[in-house]
Amino acid sequence: MDIPTNLKYTKSHEWVRLEDDGSATIGITQHAQELLGDMVFVEIPQVGRKLKQREECAVVESVKAAADVYAPISGEVTAINPELQSAPEKINQDAYAAWLFKLKPTNTADLDGLLDAAGYQKVLESEAH
Amino acid sequence: MVDFGGWDMPLHYGSQLDEHRKVRSDAGMFDVSHMLAVDIKGESARDFLRQLFANNVDKLTQPGKALYSCMLNPQGGVIDDLIIYFLTESWFRVVVNAGTADKDMAWMQARRDELAPGLEITPRRDLAMIAVQGPNARAKVWQVIAGSQAVTENLKLFQATTFDQYFIARTGYTGEDGFEIILPATGAADFWNALHAAGVAPAGLGARDTLRLEAGMNLYGQDMDETTNPLESGLAWTVDLKSERDFIGKQALLETPVTQQLIGLLLLDRGVLRSHQKVIARHDNKEAEGEITSGGFSPTLNQSIALARLPSQVSAGDEVQVVVRDKMLRAKVVKYPFVRNGKSLI
Repeated sequence: MDIPTNLKYTKSHEWVRLEDDGSATIGITQHAQELLGDMVFVEIPQVGRKLKQREECAVVESVKAAADVYAPISGEVTAINPELQSAPEKINQDAYAAWLFKLKPTNTADLDGLLDAAGYQKVLESEAH
Repeated sequence: MVDFGGWDMPLHYGSQLDEHRKVRSDAGMFDVSHMLAVDIKGESARDFLRQLFANNVDKLTQPGKALYSCMLNPQGGVIDDLIIYFLTESWFRVVVNAGTADKDMAWMQARRDELAPGLEITPRRDLAMIAVQGPNARAKVWQVIAGSQAVTENLKLFQATTFDQYFIARTGYTGEDGFEIILPATGAADFWNALHAAGVAPAGLGARDTLRLEAGMNLYGQDMDETTNPLESGLAWTVDLKSERDFIGKQALLETPVTQQLIGLLLLDRGVLRSHQKVIARHDNKEAEGEITSGGFSPTLNQSIALARLPSQVSAGDEVQVVVRDKMLRAKVVKYPFVRNGKSLI
């Protein structure tokens, strides 16, 4: 499975992209989308909400199950992906393009705890056993 | 792949939604060989089944005719739901669920020993079962089984016939036209591949569940089980209380007041209804609670639907609330089925 090397990851299968303006874009990984199957509903936190790292902040629901999304880092929600409300299947089509929300990080130390592509690959391998 | 009653089964073959839509618009197939065909043979077969099942096998007058029924325990709880095929006066075939197959066999054999010793009850694990469903399902089967069209074209719903090595029934669990075909397990893989080559899409358990939910068909273990009354599970139409005939569970059903019903829900807010979510209904300023027994996303309606067990006084058109995680979502009470033959009934 291709895991983009320009992103950071969590053990709970979120991805984080650090943007040039200092914001962070967040989504769920290809692996998470494969496990869940066809997406039918996405609930995203409201703009302005302040999240703590590892806080439950969004829900993605597929035909099969509902899954919580955890904040990979602490921060304030600055934008949400408007497309997903009417087209949650975009996550299935390209999990790394269909971002859920953007955060303005409030604790840069949180970033150090995220996994790189190789580290996330190891998580997937250990889950497969 | 998931474990389903001890069987390793695919949830989907790629996309559950695509498989669902293929069945509604064209033709899909399900490997339902996990279900068990049981042959009941002997002179006393009809008399035995008359006592064993809540529906009345005397409705079966023409060979090949099928009947849906519950098998009840003496308390009126549902041991299983099943289909009975009348083949000859001394040969009936019953198809039961996978997860309940062992207990069904034990129950039927024990009742046989009491009521009809000498009757043969044979589980047919040597048979496989493939359901081909959808508006084009029958035509695809005719294409694959040469010569079958002439003998199956005039089958009515819930009617079956034998052709060559195939037992072909115009039944299903999707709300679409089609066949359920029983054949020797040794021929199942070739038959599956031939159907696939004819353009029939393989479909998994996931699509099977969303299709049957849209069609308003009960799932054993979710919508009813040994602790629930069939009259509170949307199955009153399958229980024959009119005839003089006695059957196991009849006395209990007659003595138990019916206070609940199985009814449909259509989610008005955004989200997905799931089984076991709590439903709160208001009636005459009183709050009454119920529970979703089967819920999910309806690909045809593009919104979430459910079957729920609610107090009898709740009626279609009422608005209720469903507790979904930390939120209260609004849902409308509706009569089901939700979808039949590709079309919304809501």
